[in-house]
Amino acid sequence: MTDPLALLGDWLLNLLAQLNLPPGLRQVILYLLGVSVIATVALVITIFNTWLERKIAARIQDRLGPNRVGPWGLLQPIADAIKMLTKEDTTPAAADKVAYNIAPILAVVSVLLIWAVIPFTSQWFGTQLNVAVLYIAAVGSFGVLAVLMAGWSSNNKYALLGAFRAVSQLISYEVPLFLSLLIPVLLARSMDISVIVEKQATLLEMYVVAAPLAALLFFISSVAEVGRTPFDLLEAESEIVAGYHIEYSGFKFGMFQAGEFMHTFTIAALTALLFLGGWQGPGVAQAPILGLFYFMGKSFAVYFVTMWMRSTLPRIRIDHMQALNWKILVPIALTLLMLTPIVDYFTKDLGVLFSAFGGALTLSWRFAALLLTNILVTLAAIEAVRRNAKRNFVERSRFPERPVARPPREEAA
Amino acid sequence: MVTNLLTDYWPILVLLLVSLGFAGIAMGGGLLLGPRRSSARKQEAYESGMRAIGPGTRQMPVRFYLVAVLFILFDIEVIFFLPWAVVFRQYYENGLGAFILLEMLVFIVILLVGYAYAWKKGALEWE
Amino acid sequence: MTLEPVMEVTVNDLKHLLSDRAAEGDTMLLNMGPQHPSTHGVLRLLLELDGEIVVNCIPDIGFLHTGIEKNMEAKTYIKAEVMTDRLDYLNTTGNNLVYVMAIEKLVGLDVPPRAEAIRVLIVELQRIASHLVWLGTHGLDLAAMSIFLYCFREREMILDILEMCGGQRMMTTYFRPGGLWRDTPVEFEAAVREFIRIFPKRVDEYEALLTRNPIFIDRTKGIGVIPKDKALEWGLTGPTLRGSGIDYDIRRAFPYAGYQDYEFDVPTEEGGDVYARYKVRMQEMRESLRIVQQALDNMPLGPVNSANRKFVPPPRSELGHSMEAVIHHFKLWTEGFEAPKASVYMPVESPRGELGVFLEGDGGPRPYRVHFRTPSFTNLQALPWLSEGHYVADLVAIIGSIDIVLGDVDR
Repeated sequence: MTDPLALLGDWLLNLLAQLNLPPGLRQVILYLLGVSVIATVALVITIFNTWLERKIAARIQDRLGPNRVGPWGLLQPIADAIKMLTKEDTTPAAADKVAYNIAPILAVVSVLLIWAVIPFTSQWFGTQLNVAVLYIAAVGSFGVLAVLMAGWSSNNKYALLGAFRAVSQLISYEVPLFLSLLIPVLLARSMDISVIVEKQATLLEMYVVAAPLAALLFFISSVAEVGRTPFDLLEAESEIVAGYHIEYSGFKFGMFQAGEFMHTFTIAALTALLFLGGWQGPGVAQAPILGLFYFMGKSFAVYFVTMWMRSTLPRIRIDHMQALNWKILVPIALTLLMLTPIVDYFTKDLGVLFSAFGGALTLSWRFAALLLTNILVTLAAIEAVRRNAKRNFVERSRFPERPVARPPREEAA
Repeated sequence: MVTNLLTDYWPILVLLLVSLGFAGIAMGGGLLLGPRRSSARKQEAYESGMRAIGPGTRQMPVRFYLVAVLFILFDIEVIFFLPWAVVFRQYYENGLGAFILLEMLVFIVILLVGYAYAWKKGALEWE
Repeated sequence: MTLEPVMEVTVNDLKHLLSDRAAEGDTMLLNMGPQHPSTHGVLRLLLELDGEIVVNCIPDIGFLHTGIEKNMEAKTYIKAEVMTDRLDYLNTTGNNLVYVMAIEKLVGLDVPPRAEAIRVLIVELQRIASHLVWLGTHGLDLAAMSIFLYCFREREMILDILEMCGGQRMMTTYFRPGGLWRDTPVEFEAAVREFIRIFPKRVDEYEALLTRNPIFIDRTKGIGVIPKDKALEWGLTGPTLRGSGIDYDIRRAFPYAGYQDYEFDVPTEEGGDVYARYKVRMQEMRESLRIVQQALDNMPLGPVNSANRKFVPPPRSELGHSMEAVIHHFKLWTEGFEAPKASVYMPVESPRGELGVFLEGDGGPRPYRVHFRTPSFTNLQALPWLSEGHYVADLVAIIGSIDIVLGDVDR
């Protein structure tokens, strides 16, 4: 079976060849087309996600969610966009105009650029970089700048507090984020995302099996990096009203929102690619287009978890946020980084532990040992945290609690 | 095949331009379609409906710089890890596994010593 | 366009309220409120912040001042009652109760037992509704979004019951001097039983979301601690006091409206922090439900209004055939009744603490002076002291935990 996308590409190539254009221009047109498709896909998913998120949050909260504009409220994001476009665009008089206006652009661009290296299927991606992981880490950091610029330039104390928080949170969490990014790189021996995905061919070869703890670390620190609940300190509504984007209105505000939604989906996609095997799944070798569905399915599954967390968890406080990062996540990540190559080294000659369903479920000794290491590290970490916890773990009484019965007091004379 | 041709850094530049274009169109559209009825009151900074007392931009408390320094410490280390992570399996396939492992362990241990020092000094406390 | 002249407030003008570091620019002055999502209405807090740590917190109240107390002096005793609903708008029937009971005490009016039982039932339902709003907004302040909607879902059931009785969801004015506006409708019992049936499970649900949630415990345990002696010094009452381990509840200490006949516990917690106050209120919801259950099971039959026609308007059915009834009706609604030249103080336990009314009559049909001792106002006094040295994020939790209603503070 041929890949419809490849067919489309061939057709375009032929079309361009017939036009007798100079080869350089033809190349540029191809880039433009390919990249526009990627940008469009990312934006369309974002628009769809705003609807999805509202709908799912609504179902979790026992209400209906958007249901007026279009069927099932599907056109709600369009209505929102129109609303934001027709809002007045205000700039505070005392703002630093340049930084103030660049910040929302940066917020969108920094996220959109990550999509250049995301493989949708084995055939379809913007570009295949051999340093894709490094590229993601580098481009992703721009988002911090956008937040900082927005908060600083608004000349607003709430925005400033948001910027303070953003600095401490976003750059702190980049450390465990990078450290946990290293684990798939270690396992796959490559920084190329396509290679990382290719190595996770079967179910038990997914890196979430060999490195579940790294996957968890990556997920937690990416959620913190995006600034979603429980890490939404930078825009904590009930504390600093809207944080760094408090002064923004109209579509500039909309761009921060779009950037955040897009970023959330991006981290879901990255988790799916690095740890859940991306577009890998049964039958992709025959029909690469299936990979698109696997990839999207896995991404949305991870995205659902972020939405679920958002509607369930309270917000963490700034000092706890810092302690979680520097005292728990970073040491765990460093330990993993030490143990993973060691275990990898000593299990390099061991073969397959078991294989079932004609190789569809194959667990190698290497992965089993790594899994065991992860579990042990997890247990050790939990024990260490418990021992040193300032928090009172006594809260373990029977649930739900009944109040202590008291003898009725004497009648007041 | 359209996709295999895009195996370069060019697409990233084009994507940058496309996303800048999107951002420009969106912001321009907002300026064009939105009303403009600005007033001095409206341009004041929002502070819960009251007038702000004192300037809106201030010095950052020094603990944020501490976080920044810690971040730089760790982030630079991580960049050193990346190429090592890519090549270390090739090394032990060539019989140099113990060497490269040990080398990186020494590196991590040095990093851990710095980390322990920072912890001991209270740099990780948020006070 | 030019700005209308506004008096510019500088740090120097506020010197007496702030620390010395403010003048040097070391600390930042931040207005939190009146237009802020988590000051629960229009409370304005002027914060002096060092980074994110509160150095000074200066509450500025009065944005919701309505002059209710003064206005009530211009109305007859019965007509002034509608204003009490607007005081603490989450405890409307409780405000009605304290006011009508003060009148009853002033003029010596009897209340039939059925009316008292219904009053207790409704007030306890209202207490649950008020605690639900508190829990929802408290959760929202800590960004636990869903709990807010869950709480309002159950509160809606209570508001439906109130609407069933008083014709209004919130401002019911259902209690009248000498009894009730009218008896409960036929659907009332089924509705309350349905609520009693589902509500315990729902409270378990809320607790499942919060009580053992590590983030919630981190955010509330050890935050805003009020020691016993301080709590007494500040004159705190209600769950805020009981969270500090002091077993004081007016329903038990000075029983009114027949509370001595109900079996219920007064939950207290020793912690004195936000978490302790949370637990007290959660248990209070369960206790209130117990009282509702008892009131409903042992509901006496009989009239819901005193037969004393000097103070209670006659039922509509009498107006058609009794000249005397028409005269009473006319006199009551035009002139009102006269109260003796005396003063009374009547306290009740509102969801927020001791709600008292001081009522002074001058022999005429209008009160000479009405004054409310509102729990929110008294409890709010502790806020500056409580919030010192905490983070802004904790301040939000503390405001939520002392459960103020600005209508109650400003009057």
